[in-house]
Amino acid sequence: MCGIVGLFLKNKALEPKLGEMTATMLATMCERGPDSAGFAIYGDAKSGKAKITLQSPQPDKDFAGLAKAVGDKIGKAVSLEVKSTHAVLTCPAADVDAARAAVREITPTIRVMGRGDVIEIYKKVGYPTEVASRFDLKSMTGTHAIGHTRMATESAVTTLGAHPFSTGPDQCLVHNGSLSNHNNLRRELIRDGMIFETANDSEVAAAYLTWRMNQGLNLGQALERSLEDLDGFFTFVVGTKNGFGVVRDPIACKPAVLAETDDYVAFGSEYRALAGLPGIENARVWEPEPATVYFWER
Amino acid sequence: MRSIDLAKTPLRELNQGLHALKDGTNETEWEVLNPRGQHAIAAGVDAPVNVNIRGAVGYYCAGMNKQATVVVHGSSGPGTAENMMSGQVIVKGDASQYAGATGRGGMLVIEGNASSRCGISMKGIDIIVRGNIGHMSAFMAQTGNLVVLGDAGDALGDSIYEAKLYVRGSVKSLGADCIEKEMRPEHHEALSALLKKAGVDGVKTSEFKRYGSSRKLYNFNIDNADAY
Repeated sequence: MCGIVGLFLKNKALEPKLGEMTATMLATMCERGPDSAGFAIYGDAKSGKAKITLQSPQPDKDFAGLAKAVGDKIGKAVSLEVKSTHAVLTCPAADVDAARAAVREITPTIRVMGRGDVIEIYKKVGYPTEVASRFDLKSMTGTHAIGHTRMATESAVTTLGAHPFSTGPDQCLVHNGSLSNHNNLRRELIRDGMIFETANDSEVAAAYLTWRMNQGLNLGQALERSLEDLDGFFTFVVGTKNGFGVVRDPIACKPAVLAETDDYVAFGSEYRALAGLPGIENARVWEPEPATVYFWER
Repeated sequence: MRSIDLAKTPLRELNQGLHALKDGTNETEWEVLNPRGQHAIAAGVDAPVNVNIRGAVGYYCAGMNKQATVVVHGSSGPGTAENMMSGQVIVKGDASQYAGATGRGGMLVIEGNASSRCGISMKGIDIIVRGNIGHMSAFMAQTGNLVVLGDAGDALGDSIYEAKLYVRGSVKSLGADCIEKEMRPEHHEALSALLKKAGVDGVKTSEFKRYGSSRKLYNFNIDNADAY
Protein backbone atom coordinates (compact mmCIF):
# COMPACT_ATOMS: atom_id res chain seq x y z
CA MET A 1 0.00 0.00 0.00
CA CYS A 2 1.32 3.46 1.02
CA GLY A 3 -0.61 6.68 1.38
CA ILE A 4 0.01 9.97 -0.35
CA VAL A 5 -1.30 13.44 0.36
CA GLY A 6 -0.51 16.67 -1.44
CA LEU A 7 -1.71 20.23 -1.19
CA PHE A 8 -0.95 23.06 -3.60
CA LEU A 9 -2.40 26.36 -2.42
CA LYS A 10 -3.76 28.93 -4.85
CA ASN A 11 -5.11 31.27 -2.19
CA LYS A 12 -2.35 33.10 -0.27
CA ALA A 13 -4.62 33.48 2.74
CA LEU A 14 -4.32 29.73 3.39
CA GLU A 15 -0.50 29.71 3.43
CA PRO A 16 -0.23 30.14 7.24
CA LYS A 17 -2.38 27.00 7.56
CA LEU A 18 -0.49 24.77 5.10
CA GLY A 19 1.17 22.66 7.80
CA GLU A 20 -2.01 22.24 9.79
CA MET A 21 -3.99 21.18 6.72
CA THR A 22 -1.24 18.78 5.60
CA ALA A 23 -1.01 17.24 9.08
CA THR A 24 -4.77 16.60 9.09
CA MET A 25 -4.55 14.95 5.68
CA LEU A 26 -1.51 12.85 6.60
CA ALA A 27 -3.20 11.57 9.77
CA THR A 28 -6.01 10.00 7.73
CA MET A 29 -3.50 7.87 5.80
CA CYS A 30 -1.83 6.13 8.79
CA GLU A 31 -3.34 2.70 8.07
CA ARG A 32 -2.08 2.83 4.49
CA GLY A 33 1.51 3.25 5.64
CA PRO A 34 2.21 2.73 9.34
CA ASP A 35 5.95 2.04 9.17
CA SER A 36 7.34 5.46 8.31
CA ALA A 37 6.30 8.86 7.10
CA GLY A 38 7.71 11.99 5.60
CA PHE A 39 6.79 15.29 4.09
CA ALA A 40 8.18 18.14 2.02
CA ILE A 41 7.14 21.70 2.78
CA TYR A 42 7.66 24.52 0.33
CA GLY A 43 8.03 27.57 2.58
CA ASP A 44 8.92 31.18 2.01
CA ALA A 45 11.91 32.14 -0.09
CA LYS A 46 14.45 34.38 1.60
CA SER A 47 16.16 36.56 -0.95
CA GLY A 48 19.65 35.32 -1.75
CA LYS A 49 19.44 32.43 0.70
CA ALA A 50 19.18 28.67 0.24
CA LYS A 51 18.25 25.89 2.64
CA ILE A 52 19.70 22.43 3.16
CA THR A 53 17.71 19.96 5.24
CA LEU A 54 20.02 17.68 7.24
CA GLN A 55 19.31 14.54 9.23
CA SER A 56 21.40 12.82 11.84
CA PRO A 57 21.05 9.62 13.89
CA GLN A 58 22.85 11.49 16.73
CA PRO A 59 21.50 15.05 16.42
CA ASP A 60 22.75 16.35 19.81
CA LYS A 61 26.31 15.52 18.91
CA ASP A 62 26.29 16.26 15.19
CA PHE A 63 24.36 19.54 15.13
CA ALA A 64 26.22 21.19 18.04
CA GLY A 65 28.66 23.72 16.62
CA LEU A 66 27.90 22.70 13.03
CA ALA A 67 26.79 26.17 11.89
CA LYS A 68 30.05 27.73 13.02
CA ALA A 69 32.17 24.96 11.55
CA VAL A 70 30.43 25.18 8.15
CA GLY A 71 30.54 28.99 8.26
CA ASP A 72 34.28 28.96 8.94
CA LYS A 73 34.88 26.45 6.18
CA ILE A 74 33.03 28.36 3.45
CA GLY A 75 33.85 31.80 4.79
CA LYS A 76 30.21 32.95 4.98
CA ALA A 77 27.68 33.20 7.78
CA VAL A 78 25.24 30.28 8.00
CA SER A 79 22.47 29.51 10.46
CA LEU A 80 21.07 26.22 11.70
CA GLU A 81 17.59 25.49 13.02
CA VAL A 82 17.33 22.10 14.70
CA LYS A 83 14.05 20.16 14.65
CA SER A 84 14.41 16.83 16.42
CA THR A 85 16.58 14.59 14.23
CA HIS A 86 16.59 17.13 11.41
CA ALA A 87 18.08 20.59 11.00
CA VAL A 88 17.68 23.25 8.36
CA LEU A 89 20.90 25.00 7.42
CA THR A 90 20.42 28.38 5.79
CA CYS A 91 23.30 29.78 3.74
CA PRO A 92 23.88 32.23 0.87
CA ALA A 93 22.31 30.72 -2.28
CA ALA A 94 25.57 30.97 -4.20
CA ASP A 95 27.35 28.83 -1.59
CA VAL A 96 24.86 25.99 -1.29
CA ASP A 97 27.08 23.38 -2.94
CA ALA A 98 30.08 24.45 -0.89
CA ALA A 99 28.02 24.29 2.30
CA ARG A 100 26.73 20.84 1.41
CA ALA A 101 30.25 19.59 0.78
CA ALA A 102 31.43 21.18 4.02
CA VAL A 103 28.73 19.40 6.03
CA ARG A 104 29.72 16.06 4.54
CA GLU A 105 33.36 16.66 5.29
CA ILE A 106 32.87 17.90 8.84
CA THR A 107 30.26 15.36 9.92
CA PRO A 108 30.00 12.28 7.65
CA THR A 109 27.16 10.81 9.73
CA ILE A 110 24.85 13.62 8.62
CA ARG A 111 22.59 12.91 5.65
CA VAL A 112 21.31 15.55 3.28
CA MET A 113 17.54 15.18 2.85
CA GLY A 114 17.13 17.94 0.31
CA ARG A 115 18.18 21.40 -0.71
CA GLY A 116 16.80 24.42 -2.48
CA ASP A 117 15.49 27.93 -2.08
CA VAL A 118 12.29 26.95 -0.30
CA ILE A 119 12.05 23.18 0.26
CA GLU A 120 12.37 21.50 3.65
CA ILE A 121 12.11 17.71 3.94
CA TYR A 122 11.41 15.69 7.07
CA LYS A 123 11.11 11.92 7.26
CA LYS A 124 11.39 9.26 9.86
CA VAL A 125 10.57 5.68 10.77
CA GLY A 126 7.47 5.56 12.99
CA TYR A 127 3.71 6.02 13.00
CA PRO A 128 2.80 8.96 10.73
CA THR A 129 1.02 11.06 13.35
CA GLU A 130 4.03 10.71 15.66
CA VAL A 131 6.40 11.68 12.87
CA ALA A 132 4.29 14.75 12.06
CA SER A 133 4.14 15.90 15.68
CA ARG A 134 7.87 15.21 16.23
CA PHE A 135 8.66 17.81 13.56
CA ASP A 136 5.72 20.06 14.47
CA LEU A 137 4.29 19.92 10.96
CA LYS A 138 1.15 21.74 12.17
CA SER A 139 3.03 24.98 12.75
CA MET A 140 4.72 25.05 9.32
CA THR A 141 3.69 27.50 6.63
CA GLY A 142 4.19 27.69 2.90
CA THR A 143 2.76 27.38 -0.59
CA HIS A 144 2.60 23.63 -1.14
CA ALA A 145 3.34 20.37 0.64
CA ILE A 146 3.58 16.67 -0.18
CA GLY A 147 3.35 13.90 2.41
CA HIS A 148 3.72 10.14 2.37
CA THR A 149 2.95 7.24 4.69
CA ARG A 150 4.97 4.16 3.85
CA MET A 151 4.29 0.43 3.85
CA ALA A 152 7.62 -0.83 2.56
CA THR A 153 7.85 -3.35 -0.26
CA GLU A 154 11.01 -2.81 -2.29
CA SER A 155 13.61 -1.80 0.30
CA ALA A 156 14.29 -1.59 4.03
CA VAL A 157 12.27 0.36 6.60
CA THR A 158 14.76 3.12 7.33
CA THR A 159 14.69 6.89 7.44
CA LEU A 160 16.51 7.03 4.12
CA GLY A 161 13.98 4.62 2.58
CA ALA A 162 11.08 6.86 3.61
CA HIS A 163 9.60 9.35 1.17
CA PRO A 164 9.77 12.06 -0.19
CA PHE A 165 12.91 11.62 -2.23
CA SER A 166 14.71 14.74 -3.31
CA THR A 167 17.30 14.46 -6.05
CA GLY A 168 17.47 18.04 -7.28
CA PRO A 169 17.09 21.56 -5.90
CA ASP A 170 13.56 22.17 -4.62
CA GLN A 171 12.40 18.90 -6.19
CA CYS A 172 10.71 16.02 -4.46
CA LEU A 173 8.77 12.89 -5.33
CA VAL A 174 6.57 10.45 -3.43
CA HIS A 175 5.51 7.10 -4.83
CA ASN A 176 2.85 4.49 -4.23
CA GLY A 177 3.66 1.32 -6.11
CA SER A 178 6.77 -0.53 -7.22
CA LEU A 179 9.00 -0.16 -10.25
CA SER A 180 10.33 -3.17 -12.13
CA ASN A 181 13.08 -1.57 -14.23
CA HIS A 182 14.71 0.55 -11.54
CA ASN A 183 18.01 -1.36 -11.43
CA ASN A 184 18.70 -0.86 -15.12
CA LEU A 185 17.59 2.73 -15.05
CA ARG A 186 19.72 3.45 -11.98
CA ARG A 187 22.81 2.15 -13.80
CA GLU A 188 22.05 4.36 -16.79
CA LEU A 189 21.48 7.42 -14.63
CA ILE A 190 24.68 6.79 -12.64
CA ARG A 191 26.56 6.66 -15.93
CA ASP A 192 25.09 10.09 -16.65
CA GLY A 193 26.33 11.49 -13.35
CA MET A 194 23.30 11.14 -11.06
CA ILE A 195 24.08 10.26 -7.43
CA PHE A 196 21.99 7.82 -5.37
CA GLU A 197 21.68 7.54 -1.60
CA THR A 198 19.65 4.30 -1.38
CA ALA A 199 18.69 1.07 -3.17
CA ASN A 200 15.09 2.29 -3.27
CA ASP A 201 13.09 2.13 -6.52
CA SER A 202 11.28 5.41 -5.84
CA GLU A 203 14.57 7.28 -5.60
CA VAL A 204 15.25 6.17 -9.19
CA ALA A 205 11.98 7.76 -10.30
CA ALA A 206 12.91 10.99 -8.53
CA ALA A 207 16.39 11.00 -10.06
CA TYR A 208 14.92 10.23 -13.48
CA LEU A 209 12.72 13.34 -13.32
CA THR A 210 15.63 15.46 -12.09
CA TRP A 211 17.74 14.13 -14.97
CA ARG A 212 15.00 15.03 -17.46
CA MET A 213 14.53 18.51 -15.99
CA ASN A 214 18.30 19.02 -16.11
CA GLN A 215 17.96 18.44 -19.84
CA GLY A 216 15.66 21.45 -19.99
CA LEU A 217 12.22 19.83 -19.77
CA ASN A 218 9.63 21.31 -17.46
CA LEU A 219 7.92 19.17 -14.84
CA GLY A 220 4.98 18.30 -17.09
CA GLN A 221 7.24 17.25 -19.97
CA ALA A 222 9.46 15.20 -17.65
CA LEU A 223 6.40 13.38 -16.31
CA GLU A 224 5.26 12.65 -19.88
CA ARG A 225 8.62 11.03 -20.62
CA SER A 226 8.44 8.98 -17.40
CA LEU A 227 5.43 7.15 -18.85
CA GLU A 228 7.69 5.87 -21.63
CA ASP A 229 10.74 5.04 -19.55
CA LEU A 230 9.46 3.75 -16.22
CA ASP A 231 7.99 0.26 -15.96
CA GLY A 232 5.88 -0.89 -13.04
CA PHE A 233 3.12 0.32 -10.82
CA PHE A 234 3.11 3.92 -9.79
CA THR A 235 1.14 6.85 -8.65
CA PHE A 236 3.62 9.73 -8.31
CA VAL A 237 3.07 13.11 -6.73
CA VAL A 238 5.95 15.50 -7.36
CA GLY A 239 6.83 19.01 -6.30
CA THR A 240 9.11 21.68 -7.68
CA LYS A 241 9.77 25.21 -6.43
CA ASN A 242 6.58 26.47 -8.05
CA GLY A 243 4.94 23.33 -9.44
CA PHE A 244 2.89 20.33 -8.38
CA GLY A 245 2.35 17.26 -10.55
CA VAL A 246 0.53 13.92 -10.52
CA VAL A 247 0.87 10.91 -12.82
CA ARG A 248 -0.34 7.29 -12.72
CA ASP A 249 0.90 4.33 -14.76
CA PRO A 250 -1.32 3.03 -17.61
CA ILE A 251 -2.78 0.20 -15.48
CA ALA A 252 -3.58 2.62 -12.64
CA CYS A 253 -4.07 0.09 -9.82
CA LYS A 254 -2.69 2.45 -7.22
CA PRO A 255 -5.48 4.68 -5.99
CA ALA A 256 -5.63 8.44 -6.47
CA VAL A 257 -8.17 11.21 -6.00
CA LEU A 258 -7.72 14.86 -6.95
CA ALA A 259 -9.76 17.84 -5.77
CA GLU A 260 -9.63 21.41 -7.00
CA THR A 261 -11.26 24.63 -5.81
CA ASP A 262 -10.41 28.30 -6.35
CA ASP A 263 -8.28 28.02 -3.20
CA TYR A 264 -6.25 24.82 -3.70
CA VAL A 265 -5.44 21.63 -5.57
CA ALA A 266 -5.37 18.60 -3.29
CA PHE A 267 -4.29 15.00 -3.80
CA GLY A 268 -5.19 11.99 -1.67
CA SER A 269 -4.70 8.25 -2.07
CA GLU A 270 -8.34 8.12 -1.11
CA TYR A 271 -11.16 10.50 -0.32
CA ARG A 272 -10.61 10.29 3.45
CA ALA A 273 -7.51 12.45 2.98
CA LEU A 274 -9.61 15.20 1.40
CA ALA A 275 -12.69 15.00 3.63
CA GLY A 276 -11.45 17.61 6.12
CA LEU A 277 -10.48 20.29 3.60
CA PRO A 278 -12.41 23.57 3.56
CA GLY A 279 -15.06 23.72 0.84
CA ILE A 280 -14.52 20.09 -0.23
CA GLU A 281 -18.31 19.66 -0.57
CA ASN A 282 -18.26 21.99 -3.57
CA ALA A 283 -14.83 21.08 -4.95
CA ARG A 284 -14.35 19.40 -8.30
CA VAL A 285 -13.31 15.90 -7.21
CA TRP A 286 -12.09 13.34 -9.72
CA GLU A 287 -9.93 10.29 -10.19
CA PRO A 288 -6.88 11.08 -12.33
CA GLU A 289 -6.90 9.12 -15.60
CA PRO A 290 -4.27 6.45 -16.22
CA ALA A 291 -1.14 7.52 -18.15
CA THR A 292 -2.20 11.16 -17.98
CA VAL A 293 -0.04 13.95 -16.62
CA TYR A 294 -1.60 16.58 -14.37
CA PHE A 295 0.43 19.53 -13.25
CA TRP A 296 -0.02 23.00 -11.87
CA GLU A 297 2.44 25.86 -11.71
CA ARG A 298 2.20 29.21 -10.03
CA MET B 1 -36.08 6.38 10.63
CA ARG B 2 -32.71 5.52 12.18
CA SER B 3 -30.18 8.28 11.56
CA ILE B 4 -26.57 7.43 12.33
CA ASP B 5 -23.97 10.20 12.39
CA LEU B 6 -20.56 8.67 11.72
CA ALA B 7 -18.92 11.78 13.15
CA LYS B 8 -20.26 10.59 16.52
CA THR B 9 -20.92 6.85 16.14
CA PRO B 10 -18.21 4.29 15.31
CA LEU B 11 -18.60 2.66 11.89
CA ARG B 12 -18.60 -0.79 13.48
CA GLU B 13 -21.68 0.11 15.51
CA LEU B 14 -23.53 1.13 12.33
CA ASN B 15 -22.61 -2.05 10.50
CA GLN B 16 -23.43 -4.29 13.48
CA GLY B 17 -26.83 -2.59 13.72
CA LEU B 18 -27.46 -3.25 10.04
CA HIS B 19 -26.26 -6.86 10.27
CA ALA B 20 -28.63 -7.53 13.19
CA LEU B 21 -31.68 -6.72 11.04
CA LYS B 22 -33.94 -9.65 10.16
CA ASP B 23 -36.54 -10.14 7.46
CA GLY B 24 -39.74 -8.39 8.51
CA THR B 25 -37.91 -5.75 10.56
CA ASN B 26 -39.76 -2.50 11.13
CA GLU B 27 -36.54 -0.52 11.00
CA THR B 28 -36.55 -0.26 7.24
CA GLU B 29 -35.32 3.34 6.80
CA TRP B 30 -31.71 4.21 7.64
CA GLU B 31 -29.73 7.34 7.06
CA VAL B 32 -25.96 7.67 7.44
CA LEU B 33 -24.43 11.13 7.97
CA ASN B 34 -20.79 12.25 7.67
CA PRO B 35 -19.39 9.16 5.95
CA ARG B 36 -16.22 11.13 5.02
CA GLY B 37 -14.80 8.39 2.82
CA GLN B 38 -14.80 5.64 5.46
CA HIS B 39 -14.45 2.06 4.28
CA ALA B 40 -17.02 -0.78 4.13
CA ILE B 41 -20.01 1.37 5.05
CA ALA B 42 -23.18 -0.76 4.94
CA ALA B 43 -21.26 -3.80 3.75
CA GLY B 44 -22.85 -7.18 4.33
CA VAL B 45 -26.45 -6.06 4.85
CA ASP B 46 -28.98 -8.89 4.45
CA ALA B 47 -32.45 -7.40 4.98
CA PRO B 48 -35.00 -5.54 2.82
CA VAL B 49 -34.17 -2.05 4.11
CA ASN B 50 -33.26 1.33 2.61
CA VAL B 51 -29.95 2.93 3.54
CA ASN B 52 -29.29 6.51 2.43
CA ILE B 53 -25.68 7.61 2.83
CA ARG B 54 -25.25 11.39 2.71
CA GLY B 55 -21.79 12.03 1.32
CA ALA B 56 -18.77 10.33 -0.21
CA VAL B 57 -17.78 6.83 0.85
CA GLY B 58 -14.50 4.89 0.60
CA TYR B 59 -13.63 1.29 -0.27
CA TYR B 60 -16.17 -1.57 -0.43
CA CYS B 61 -19.38 0.33 0.29
CA ALA B 62 -22.39 -2.02 0.21
CA GLY B 63 -20.16 -4.99 -0.52
CA MET B 64 -21.89 -8.39 -0.47
CA ASN B 65 -25.24 -6.62 -0.31
CA LYS B 66 -28.33 -8.82 -0.11
CA GLN B 67 -31.90 -7.48 -0.41
CA ALA B 68 -31.12 -3.93 0.76
CA THR B 69 -31.32 -0.73 -1.28
CA VAL B 70 -28.25 1.38 -0.56
CA VAL B 71 -28.05 4.89 -2.01
CA VAL B 72 -24.79 6.86 -1.89
CA HIS B 73 -25.55 10.58 -2.18
CA GLY B 74 -22.01 11.30 -3.28
CA SER B 75 -19.13 9.42 -4.89
CA SER B 76 -17.80 6.02 -3.89
CA GLY B 77 -14.35 4.48 -3.57
CA PRO B 78 -12.90 1.24 -4.98
CA GLY B 79 -14.92 -1.99 -4.85
CA THR B 80 -18.39 -0.47 -4.58
CA ALA B 81 -21.03 -3.22 -4.17
CA GLU B 82 -18.32 -5.83 -4.64
CA ASN B 83 -19.80 -9.33 -4.75
CA MET B 84 -23.37 -8.02 -4.38
CA MET B 85 -25.91 -10.85 -4.21
CA SER B 86 -29.26 -9.04 -4.59
CA GLY B 87 -30.97 -5.73 -3.90
CA GLN B 88 -29.98 -2.40 -5.38
CA VAL B 89 -27.05 -0.02 -4.92
CA ILE B 90 -27.25 3.48 -6.39
CA VAL B 91 -24.29 5.86 -6.53
CA LYS B 92 -25.36 9.43 -7.28
CA GLY B 93 -21.80 10.54 -8.08
CA ASP B 94 -18.83 8.70 -9.58
CA ALA B 95 -17.55 5.26 -8.59
CA SER B 96 -13.87 4.32 -8.37
CA GLN B 97 -12.14 1.15 -9.58
CA TYR B 98 -13.80 -2.28 -9.86
CA ALA B 99 -17.36 -1.26 -9.05
CA GLY B 100 -19.65 -4.29 -8.95
CA ALA B 101 -16.70 -6.71 -9.15
CA THR B 102 -17.69 -10.40 -8.93
CA GLY B 103 -21.33 -9.37 -8.28
CA ARG B 104 -23.75 -12.28 -8.44
CA GLY B 105 -27.12 -10.53 -8.49
CA GLY B 106 -29.08 -7.35 -7.91
CA MET B 107 -28.59 -4.04 -9.66
CA LEU B 108 -25.84 -1.43 -9.34
CA VAL B 109 -26.66 1.99 -10.80
CA ILE B 110 -23.87 4.55 -11.13
CA GLU B 111 -25.24 7.93 -12.10
CA GLY B 112 -21.84 9.47 -12.80
CA ASN B 113 -18.76 7.77 -14.26
CA ALA B 114 -17.18 4.51 -13.21
CA SER B 115 -13.42 4.17 -13.46
CA SER B 116 -11.32 1.16 -14.45
CA ARG B 117 -12.30 -2.51 -14.13
CA CYS B 118 -16.03 -1.86 -13.67
CA GLY B 119 -17.83 -5.22 -13.51
CA ILE B 120 -14.64 -7.27 -13.48
CA SER B 121 -15.52 -10.97 -13.15
CA MET B 122 -19.24 -10.14 -12.76
CA LYS B 123 -21.37 -13.25 -12.26
CA GLY B 124 -24.98 -12.23 -12.67
CA ILE B 125 -25.20 -8.65 -11.43
CA ASP B 126 -26.74 -5.94 -13.64
CA ILE B 127 -24.68 -2.74 -13.76
CA ILE B 128 -26.00 0.48 -15.29
CA VAL B 129 -23.61 3.40 -15.69
CA ARG B 130 -25.02 6.71 -16.89
CA GLY B 131 -21.59 8.16 -17.62
CA ASN B 132 -18.40 6.55 -18.91
CA ILE B 133 -16.45 3.52 -17.76
CA GLY B 134 -12.66 3.10 -17.59
CA HIS B 135 -10.26 0.56 -19.02
CA MET B 136 -10.43 -3.22 -18.53
CA SER B 137 -14.11 -3.13 -17.64
CA ALA B 138 -16.02 -6.44 -17.68
CA PHE B 139 -12.73 -8.35 -17.66
CA MET B 140 -13.59 -12.09 -17.52
CA ALA B 141 -17.24 -11.17 -17.02
CA GLN B 142 -19.27 -14.35 -16.71
CA THR B 143 -22.98 -13.54 -16.64
CA GLY B 144 -25.19 -10.51 -16.08
CA ASN B 145 -25.49 -7.23 -17.96
CA LEU B 146 -23.32 -4.14 -18.12
CA VAL B 147 -25.10 -1.13 -19.64
CA VAL B 148 -23.13 2.04 -20.34
CA LEU B 149 -24.81 5.22 -21.53
CA GLY B 150 -21.50 6.98 -22.15
CA ASP B 151 -18.18 5.71 -23.52
CA ALA B 152 -16.05 2.70 -22.60
CA GLY B 153 -12.27 2.76 -22.16
CA ASP B 154 -9.59 0.38 -23.45
CA ALA B 155 -9.87 -3.41 -23.53
CA LEU B 156 -13.58 -3.70 -22.86
CA GLY B 157 -14.66 -7.26 -22.09
CA ASP B 158 -11.22 -8.84 -22.23
CA SER B 159 -11.49 -12.67 -21.95
CA ILE B 160 -15.24 -12.32 -21.46
CA TYR B 161 -17.53 -15.31 -20.93
CA GLU B 162 -21.31 -14.90 -21.29
CA ALA B 163 -22.02 -11.47 -19.78
CA LYS B 164 -23.82 -9.04 -22.11
CA LEU B 165 -22.39 -5.59 -22.64
CA TYR B 166 -24.43 -2.69 -24.05
CA VAL B 167 -22.61 0.56 -24.81
CA ARG B 168 -24.29 3.70 -26.16
CA GLY B 169 -21.15 5.74 -26.80
CA SER B 170 -17.77 4.86 -28.23
CA VAL B 171 -15.56 1.95 -27.20
CA LYS B 172 -11.89 2.87 -27.16
CA SER B 173 -10.86 -0.74 -27.79
CA LEU B 174 -12.17 -4.25 -27.27
CA GLY B 175 -10.25 -6.81 -25.22
CA ALA B 176 -9.23 -10.29 -26.36
CA ASP B 177 -12.14 -12.41 -27.60
CA CYS B 178 -14.71 -9.60 -27.21
CA ILE B 179 -16.64 -8.64 -30.34
CA GLU B 180 -19.58 -6.51 -31.38
CA LYS B 181 -22.75 -8.55 -31.76
CA GLU B 182 -26.07 -8.05 -33.44
CA MET B 183 -28.89 -6.40 -31.43
CA ARG B 184 -31.76 -8.82 -31.98
CA PRO B 185 -35.32 -8.16 -30.77
CA GLU B 186 -34.75 -10.06 -27.51
CA HIS B 187 -31.76 -7.83 -26.74
CA HIS B 188 -33.78 -4.66 -27.30
CA GLU B 189 -36.40 -6.09 -25.00
CA ALA B 190 -33.92 -7.07 -22.28
CA LEU B 191 -32.10 -3.74 -22.49
CA SER B 192 -35.37 -1.83 -22.36
CA ALA B 193 -36.32 -3.68 -19.17
CA LEU B 194 -32.94 -2.93 -17.60
CA LEU B 195 -33.15 0.79 -18.43
CA LYS B 196 -36.67 0.94 -17.04
CA LYS B 197 -35.66 -0.79 -13.82
CA ALA B 198 -32.74 1.63 -13.42
CA GLY B 199 -35.06 4.60 -13.94
CA VAL B 200 -33.38 5.76 -17.15
CA ASP B 201 -35.74 7.70 -19.44
CA GLY B 202 -35.38 9.29 -22.83
CA VAL B 203 -32.86 6.80 -24.21
CA LYS B 204 -33.64 4.47 -27.11
CA THR B 205 -32.31 0.93 -27.14
CA SER B 206 -31.45 1.45 -30.81
CA GLU B 207 -28.72 3.87 -29.70
CA PHE B 208 -26.76 0.99 -28.13
CA LYS B 209 -24.37 -1.56 -29.52
CA ARG B 210 -24.04 -4.99 -27.98
CA TYR B 211 -20.72 -6.70 -27.23
CA GLY B 212 -19.96 -10.20 -26.04
CA SER B 213 -17.70 -13.21 -26.35
CA SER B 214 -16.67 -14.67 -29.68
CA ARG B 215 -16.03 -17.86 -27.66
CA LYS B 216 -12.66 -18.52 -29.25
CA LEU B 217 -10.85 -18.72 -25.91
CA TYR B 218 -13.24 -21.32 -24.50
CA ASN B 219 -11.36 -24.30 -25.86
CA PHE B 220 -7.72 -24.90 -26.54
CA ASN B 221 -6.93 -24.54 -30.21
CA ILE B 222 -4.64 -27.38 -31.24
CA ASP B 223 -3.07 -25.19 -33.93
CA ASN B 224 -1.55 -23.13 -31.11
CA ALA B 225 0.19 -26.10 -29.50
CA ASP B 226 3.57 -25.03 -30.90
CA ALA B 227 3.34 -21.78 -28.98
CA TYR B 228 3.77 -23.57 -25.62
